[in-house]
Amino acid sequence: MGVVLYCDQSRVIVAFTAPMEPCLVHPFSRAASVVRRVSNLLFPKPIIFIACLIPLAVLAVAGVTDNLGANPIEEITHETGEWTLRFLLITLLMTPLRHWFGWGWPIRVRRMLGLFSAFYATLHLFTYLWLDQFFWWEEIWYDILDRPFITIGMLGFVLLIPLVLTSTNAMMRKLGRNWKKLHRLAYVIPALGVVHYWWLVKADIREPLLYAVLLGGLLGWRYYRFRATRPS
Amino acid sequence: MMIKIPRPSDALTSEITPESVYKERRRFMQAGVAAAGLAGLGVSLQAHSAISLGKIAKSPYSTDEAPTGYEDITSYNNFYEFGTRKSDPAKNAHSLRVHPWSVAIEGECAKPGVYTLEDILKPHGMEERIYRLRCVEGWSMVIPWIGFPLADLIKRFEPTSKAKYVYFETLNDKEQMPGVRWPILDWPYVEGLRMDEAMNPLTLMAVGLYGKTMPKQNGAPIRLVVPWKYGFKSIKSIVKIRFQEERPVSSWEKATPSEYGFYSNVNPHVDHPRWSQRTERRIGEFRKRKTLMFNGYEEQVAHLYAGMDLKKYY
Repeated sequence: MGVVLYCDQSRVIVAFTAPMEPCLVHPFSRAASVVRRVSNLLFPKPIIFIACLIPLAVLAVAGVTDNLGANPIEEITHETGEWTLRFLLITLLMTPLRHWFGWGWPIRVRRMLGLFSAFYATLHLFTYLWLDQFFWWEEIWYDILDRPFITIGMLGFVLLIPLVLTSTNAMMRKLGRNWKKLHRLAYVIPALGVVHYWWLVKADIREPLLYAVLLGGLLGWRYYRFRATRPS
Repeated sequence: MMIKIPRPSDALTSEITPESVYKERRRFMQAGVAAAGLAGLGVSLQAHSAISLGKIAKSPYSTDEAPTGYEDITSYNNFYEFGTRKSDPAKNAHSLRVHPWSVAIEGECAKPGVYTLEDILKPHGMEERIYRLRCVEGWSMVIPWIGFPLADLIKRFEPTSKAKYVYFETLNDKEQMPGVRWPILDWPYVEGLRMDEAMNPLTLMAVGLYGKTMPKQNGAPIRLVVPWKYGFKSIKSIVKIRFQEERPVSSWEKATPSEYGFYSNVNPHVDHPRWSQRTERRIGEFRKRKTLMFNGYEEQVAHLYAGMDLKKYY
């Protein structure tokens, strides 16, 4: 796997051994190491890569078999949007997973999951630009200016771009400490996504609320850890 | 999406149960031998309700645009009492009991009372009205409704001079409507029209579409259709009509007054914060089309709003 990178709270560790376990001391060493090995076997990167393409495949099959309902463009827009949000949250779940269970794989696939978030966000955006508006730029510009949920969605997408561009190992090394700072946008972007969804729904806020609660949990855990580990 | 449905006029005679047969059927049902009896008569059970549509006349108010497919009209619905996803009503509305059905007529009129659906429909001849329907969410359909003018119904109850508005209410029953277990809206769903809007010849009480009785997910057994207003004004499964002096507050207006006004006329010049109202997607079409003022019914209804600032009264 070549160079494996592992980003800790305060520093970026570059390791030249592969595959690498995160530097982590876990209390239940023996049992945990068995679970760790099994989980590493169960979740190799290629399998997760393929799993990440399942939502797209399901959508494609539904499209080809004319199973997207009466308003297929709306359905594609909603599905790609929801999967963007799900991938953003799944990406944020990787660090806690590593911490709770001592698994190595979550950190190794975290970047890939982040990139899949951007992949589905791109599909979502192009569904809107192409299928929905058919590059009717006047209407699109009008939408961005006048419809707050689109404004905030666009902002979220724009913020994803630097994260994608700096996701390579070379950029990580080049940016050093700033890379970490920049990639804290991974906490901001899902929040924009939740607001984007919240402002879209007419009255039934149950689903966006669920995403908000999950995001709150993921960010809350980080805040709690930050408070707990900060030297007083 | 691709399903081709014959023009309603092709199917009318074969699909409508003659009144004599219908009465016959009721007697059999009351006798409790409905299934055997109907099989013997060679009459198919109408899936949606026990009412008969009789002879259906054509209307000059119908558009000549191609109607949206039956499958799309009956699978893509906003009927929050059965769930908030578009596909929910088609899945869940089977639990709605449309027979027996009654409508309470209340308020400022000479003949209030609770009327059975049969009583409500009896004196009215049915018409087919092929109308555009524009949803506030930016999509539209063309629907061949079956119904009769609301004005004709209103006249029967002799509203008094105090009757300035008409209030409508949808059934609100947790047992039949899984969606009302959640306080998504302040149930029951209510709507209202100004008296002159209600009396406009375009305003329809619909009991069917595509030559058949109303599918449950489309608001069986009786619903309102106001084609120049956003779809949510066309209240479904009506159980109460009240004539009143003060303006009713409709459900969406109550939920979000800044987004949904009482009038809610289709108006490409007044934007909704979530949906551009300048364009719409006709279900079944790929490219969006421009939305028309009053959904293309300007000629028939613009005079109702003469002198009103429609940006203020949205």
